[in-house]
Amino acid sequence: MTNVLELRGITKRFPGVIANENVDVTLREGKILALLGENGAGKTTLMNILYGLYKPDEGHIAVRGKQVEIHGPNDAIAQGIGMVHQHFMLVPVMTVTENVMLGIEPTKNGIILDKEKVAQRIREISDQYGLEVDPHAYIKDLPVGIQQRVEIIKVLYRQADILILDEPTAVLTPQEVEGLFKIIDTLIKSGKSIIFITHKLKEVLAVADDITVLRLGKVVGSIDPKEATSQKLASMMVGRDVSLVVEKGKAKPGEPVLVVDGLAVRDERQNLTVRGVSFEVRKGEVLGVAGVQGNGQTELVYALTGLLPIEGGTIRLLNEPIRHTSPREILERGVAHIPEDRQRHGLILTFPIHDNMMLCTYYKNPFARGITLQEKPIFNNAEELVKQFDVRTPNIYVNAGTLSGGNQQKVIVAREFSRPIELLIASQPTRGLDVGSIEYIHKQIIKKRDEGSGVLVVSSELDEILALSDRIAVMYKGQIMDIVDANKTSKEQLGLLMAGVHPTDAKNTK
Amino acid sequence: MSETATPSQTKTGNRSSLAQELLVPVLAVVTGLIIGAIVIVASGANVFDAYGALFTGSFGSPIRLIEGLQVYFSTGETKELLRAIYPFTESLVTATPYIFAGLSVALGFRAGLFNIGAEGQFFIGALCSAFVGYSVKGLPMIIHLPLAILAGALGGALWGMIPGYLKAKFGAHEVVNTIMMNWIAFRLSDWLLNGPMKASGFRPVTPNVLPTAELPRFFDDPLRFNLGFFLALLVAYLVYWFLFKTTTGFEIRSVGANPDAAKYAGMSIVKNLVLVMALAGGLAGMAGSAQVLGVDHWVGQGFSAGYGFDAIALALLGKSHPFGVVLSALLFGFLRSGATNMQSRAGIPIDIISIIQGLVIVFIAAPAIIRWFYRIRSIKTEETVLTRGWGK
Ligand SMILES: Nc1ncnc2c1ncn2[C@@H]1O[C@H](COP(=O)(O)OP(=O)(O)OP(=O)(O)O)[C@@H](O)[C@H]1O
Ligand SMILES: [Mg+2]
Repeated sequence: MTNVLELRGITKRFPGVIANENVDVTLREGKILALLGENGAGKTTLMNILYGLYKPDEGHIAVRGKQVEIHGPNDAIAQGIGMVHQHFMLVPVMTVTENVMLGIEPTKNGIILDKEKVAQRIREISDQYGLEVDPHAYIKDLPVGIQQRVEIIKVLYRQADILILDEPTAVLTPQEVEGLFKIIDTLIKSGKSIIFITHKLKEVLAVADDITVLRLGKVVGSIDPKEATSQKLASMMVGRDVSLVVEKGKAKPGEPVLVVDGLAVRDERQNLTVRGVSFEVRKGEVLGVAGVQGNGQTELVYALTGLLPIEGGTIRLLNEPIRHTSPREILERGVAHIPEDRQRHGLILTFPIHDNMMLCTYYKNPFARGITLQEKPIFNNAEELVKQFDVRTPNIYVNAGTLSGGNQQKVIVAREFSRPIELLIASQPTRGLDVGSIEYIHKQIIKKRDEGSGVLVVSSELDEILALSDRIAVMYKGQIMDIVDANKTSKEQLGLLMAGVHPTDAKNTK
Repeated sequence: MSETATPSQTKTGNRSSLAQELLVPVLAVVTGLIIGAIVIVASGANVFDAYGALFTGSFGSPIRLIEGLQVYFSTGETKELLRAIYPFTESLVTATPYIFAGLSVALGFRAGLFNIGAEGQFFIGALCSAFVGYSVKGLPMIIHLPLAILAGALGGALWGMIPGYLKAKFGAHEVVNTIMMNWIAFRLSDWLLNGPMKASGFRPVTPNVLPTAELPRFFDDPLRFNLGFFLALLVAYLVYWFLFKTTTGFEIRSVGANPDAAKYAGMSIVKNLVLVMALAGGLAGMAGSAQVLGVDHWVGQGFSAGYGFDAIALALLGKSHPFGVVLSALLFGFLRSGATNMQSRAGIPIDIISIIQGLVIVFIAAPAIIRWFYRIRSIKTEETVLTRGWGK
């Protein structure tokens, strides 16, 4: 058995941080290597080095035993290395074919683009690996799961046999994850080797052949998946024992904070995606909204937070109706919102951390006096939150865009938790976070509940829903299938509801 | 865009990043001059003559300056000295409208808007200032001059606000609308200059503004150097303060950097778009005011010399930062007024300067060229996003 890839002594420094320090990583031919590590441990940086996006300060890379110099993605591709990034790099207004050919653009007679040839090849690749992608579809019309397959096709089209997948499952529904694993399986069978980054320990145990763990930029160790357990991996990553279950007392629900009745919402393309939803969230309880992504949860949250107008029905927040109410007013009434898409809504990536930490309250005391911003309180606030939420950053003055994915999420959570609130709306609150941070944020959410806030958690992770919720509403095709007591339900029951089947119906039909 | 000049950055001691920030623009200018030199040689002229004339035309001749000082100290006669500093002050005079107009476009960029309308706003501002300047009589200067400037600013603001409102309310693209507003401004001024605002006589020009509405000059004729230049510097500082130190400035930058996040944070996109276009229009209008009240004292056809369009390049060169705009406006001012001398002295067509300016702008807009040329490794950080494209 040969090693297709060896990274030896890789060191990479950024101003104020050592992202990688003397890192050794080995990928065996035809195997899956899982790369684990806390948020900011340096996984993405290491892969960017491998792909030629960053130049390492020290160390070297060997592909199939031969030492190589990789100065850019083109060199990486020439070595058969392909990467699917944590945040996709596709042009939404172009078709699958156009995206795949970007950068290579084969031509007929040297001038005319030969799209048909590319489309044909995409169809072949798609068939070979069971990707099921239509070459002529527009990216913007495709769900995330399929967009990811387009990224994989891009890589395969360039004839990569070493694939880097950076947190490919973070944005996928459980079904899509299943699909991805099948694809990975066919890829391995056809001789490809894969580096797979994830924070989900179960996935690691399910697919990995080798596991290497990074912490604070250094390799902590490698472990055989057969000997590993979730608990063991978690403590290796974080350097301490992590409790993977949230401990919480019984909820003491008070009066309703949020009452939603017959709500209908249209999405940005004017499709009616929420069709008559009713529920309430009480003080001191967590209502979880489960469901496969794309069943109206996003638009439900947008309507509750004033980002989308209400088409029909009513929303009452603390007994006051919400209708044509601006996001600012809703915020002022005591709503905190952890948005689903952190880079779109949650952060201004080109602003420093300290500005992102006061993004929603910049006009208030102590951040502003009259019309002038007050630097001192702004900096102090950021320093404090960074410490409290363990955001891994050299300082608060760097742009939010330089943070690792998980640390970006922590900035949002820290900000939203930093003001007194009546209602917390959290969409995918721990997407992309490591186990240690998940533990911390789950504890904080429960703490908010116990302090008497109402909490609405939307998540496509069933484990997260079950861990946090007191009651669970399951959404399917824009409606609520059922609201169940979290203590009296099971994954199976929820799974059926998420698929649009009432368990009672299922029994009856059998 | 990294906010180079915010104290936050200086606090981290990021002086190297300021140097990084300046490296590309400086190299772009140098490279532009080098290629310009090649063009001059190719056209059969002498580079040293040409650039010598460019230098003396923009800064003045050092020899003359020394002579002037000698005369002044021995006889107290200032005539020679004034003649020696004339080119330098003329460059500052040329830079003045550039500063205002550059700030206008830069402010738009900060909010993600592409204000191509600075030229039209410039015209409207000039006409409004001229009107108040010649028609309102009997006021003391302390009232008349500010009033005339205010009129220009308001006129420009109105001209900018209309496309801002159309964008915010109906999503009409500001590029199209500001271009339309330019044409309306041009034709409107043609009509005004030939009709209601025409001075007696044959030429289609306005009457001269009253002395009480003139921006005071510091020296006697022919030096036209006036208070407008310092007003421009003051306004540049105010724009900086507004953008980086106030809550509204924070909103504007947020809307420009990520409108979705701005909306999420409870900022009003509509309010900010209209506000920014009004302010941008006001700044371009003030460029017109400064030109009419400080330099020309009347408005005629073809009054602008394309300040509003050059301003776009200028804002790009200055990376949409008020201080960057001041620096690039000075560069443009010196190049422009030096070019005139280069043409008359060395017989090099003034267009060479346009070529050099064009090259500088290309290099700024595509810094990869400069990085590649000088083998500078880009510290792969977020790329400068000046405006979010033409699409949506
Ligand atoms: N371009 C950059 N400039 C400055 N610092 C950076 C840059 N990219 C990464 N870093 C820093 O390097 C460290 C490692 O980041 P990296 O993105 O590799 O982490 P990660 O392991 O992928 O984390 P996550 O699981 O959250 O995605 C972080 O501290 C981050 O702030
Ligand atoms: Mg990462």
